[in-house]
Amino acid sequence: MKHNFGSFVKKESLHILRDKRTMLIVMCIPIVLMTLFGFAISTEVNNINVAVVAPERTDGVEESVERLAANEYFTFCGYISQDEIDAKLRSGEVSAVVVFKSDYDRRGALAAQGIETTPLIQLIVDASNVNTASSATAYLQTILLGTASEQSMFETRMMFNPEMKSAYNFVPGIMGLIFILVCAMMTSVSIVREKEMGTMEVLLVSPVRPVKIIFAKMIPYFAISCIVLIMILLLARFLLDVPMTGGVWGIFSVSLIYLMLSLSLGLLVSTIAETQMAALLISAMVMMMPILMLSGLLFPIENLPKFFQWVSHIVPARWYIDAVRKMMIQGLPIAAIWKDVAILGGMTVAILGVSLKKFNDKLE
Amino acid sequence: MKAIEIDNLSKSYNKGKVQALSSVSFEVERGELFGLIGPDGAGKTTLFRLLTTLLSPDAGRATVDGYDIVKEYHAIRSRVGYMPGRFSLYPDLSVEENLQFFAALFGVNVEESYDLIAPIYKQIEPFRTRRAGKLSGGMKQKLALSCALIHRPSILFLDEPTTGVDAVSRSEFWDMLAGLKERGITILVSTPYMDEASRCDRIALCNEGRILGIDTPHDIVRGFDNRLYGISAKNMFTLLERARAMEGVVECYPFGQRHHLVADDSFSVEQFTRQLSDIEGLEIASAEPTIEDMFIKLMKR
Repeated sequence: MKHNFGSFVKKESLHILRDKRTMLIVMCIPIVLMTLFGFAISTEVNNINVAVVAPERTDGVEESVERLAANEYFTFCGYISQDEIDAKLRSGEVSAVVVFKSDYDRRGALAAQGIETTPLIQLIVDASNVNTASSATAYLQTILLGTASEQSMFETRMMFNPEMKSAYNFVPGIMGLIFILVCAMMTSVSIVREKEMGTMEVLLVSPVRPVKIIFAKMIPYFAISCIVLIMILLLARFLLDVPMTGGVWGIFSVSLIYLMLSLSLGLLVSTIAETQMAALLISAMVMMMPILMLSGLLFPIENLPKFFQWVSHIVPARWYIDAVRKMMIQGLPIAAIWKDVAILGGMTVAILGVSLKKFNDKLE
Repeated sequence: MKAIEIDNLSKSYNKGKVQALSSVSFEVERGELFGLIGPDGAGKTTLFRLLTTLLSPDAGRATVDGYDIVKEYHAIRSRVGYMPGRFSLYPDLSVEENLQFFAALFGVNVEESYDLIAPIYKQIEPFRTRRAGKLSGGMKQKLALSCALIHRPSILFLDEPTTGVDAVSRSEFWDMLAGLKERGITILVSTPYMDEASRCDRIALCNEGRILGIDTPHDIVRGFDNRLYGISAKNMFTLLERARAMEGVVECYPFGQRHHLVADDSFSVEQFTRQLSDIEGLEIASAEPTIEDMFIKLMKR
């Protein structure tokens, strides 16, 4: 056969390479997202402004405030009076206020003996950002408890991510998102573009089976995704210090399955959509939204209502993100995530099957 | 065996709501340059898509190069060249890259077919590294024709190839088709321009999914059995209204600079000029019927 597959792949690659803007976007999005999520957007508690209200500045109070000021998560903003609390919180000057009760030292000593039981310290926290508020409260309690010379009953150890870095959590999520974007969205748009431009008509009136042309279309996008994958892994390892103790090859293999799945999804979308705009919308609504909301990228799946937890089972990204998280952060070997891999593999076969069956070599 | 045999072919869209073709039947001889003439919505594109196996018919049957368009559509796809109505090449690929891609699509080398496409391709070869999207209308059309010919098809389907192309390029294009016909290629071409019909061996006049008449351009015109006059005056609109109301006038319609007046036996020029003597600058002269006149006549029937 002289109609070599290579020349089809070459043609597709030319389309992509000549569309410099799209190319730039595809290469930049991962970098931008990784830096954004890695540094700017974080659920970590940092630089929380705290003011203190103390009726008398006793040794005990001073000691507590010193600890607070020394802590890197908090910035001590000075002493204020009881009346100022509301105004300071409202203006956003401070996010939390620590109120020491009167006679703090003496009652503290009594409390240590178990005699005094009423609270000695009041925490007033701006909870307009729930995440920050709850983390700040937890931190403040730990810091202030220490000074109350009371030993905590719990010894806590944060496994896998002892510093609670949010970047660790986001990297797998971003990977789940990017590959859908590159593979599914771009493939579907490029197939639908041929329909829209009318070139599909000419392609169909040729002896080549359309499936062959479609596969040739997928290869360059697959190659781009592999480059993006390597880029993300390098960024994650060297910029965000994600441990990847589970081994890079495992992550790579699971990602390859996910890439196939995304490409099949793109093909499926292209069989439904008639215009590039429709393909974009379907990709955005049917694929991006569930990934953002139901894959554990932004919200833990366990926190979702039961119904959505159930729905999340059919979102491929959920399984991929879960698998990558386990390998990247928990350091599990690929054998330990066989369930995720099996589900992803099954989905790939099913989606590819449906879309090939749906793909028509006529116009209607 | 005829190049194309069409027998009672029908096609509708939207679950039968829009009837695009109703029981169309005709045959195209081998090596013939056959024209489908008709306005937009006549069903020309639907017929092309049925014959190039892009659509399946609702009823009727047809063969192309001896192969059934439903059962043996794969065989047809390697034997025909198809140039759709819209520009259907890749605007971001160069002239050369487009040609090479279509050669690969049909499993041939550009060199093998070079002798066939040379008369056409030579004209755009100086621009072979230019992106197809940046070509002029006439050049795009030459490239599209070169691509449709690259695999030496036995039958060429050209759907409105001259729409949106300047008059000089249109005329050149028909010269190219004549050249291809000499090499034995059967050509089915559609056009909304009646003046191009005379360049075909035979034409089919079609409207609203039906064939109104099929014959050579010469004989089609000969079938026009009424007397025809060209009339003009200073106020063309009043003339049209007055002429239509007159006895012995079958039809009167604007035709270029003048109006064409179709007359029956009771019509007399003297009576016409006498009755319309109040119209300033009235002129009447007998006119040769054209394909367009015949088309209007058949359409009204």
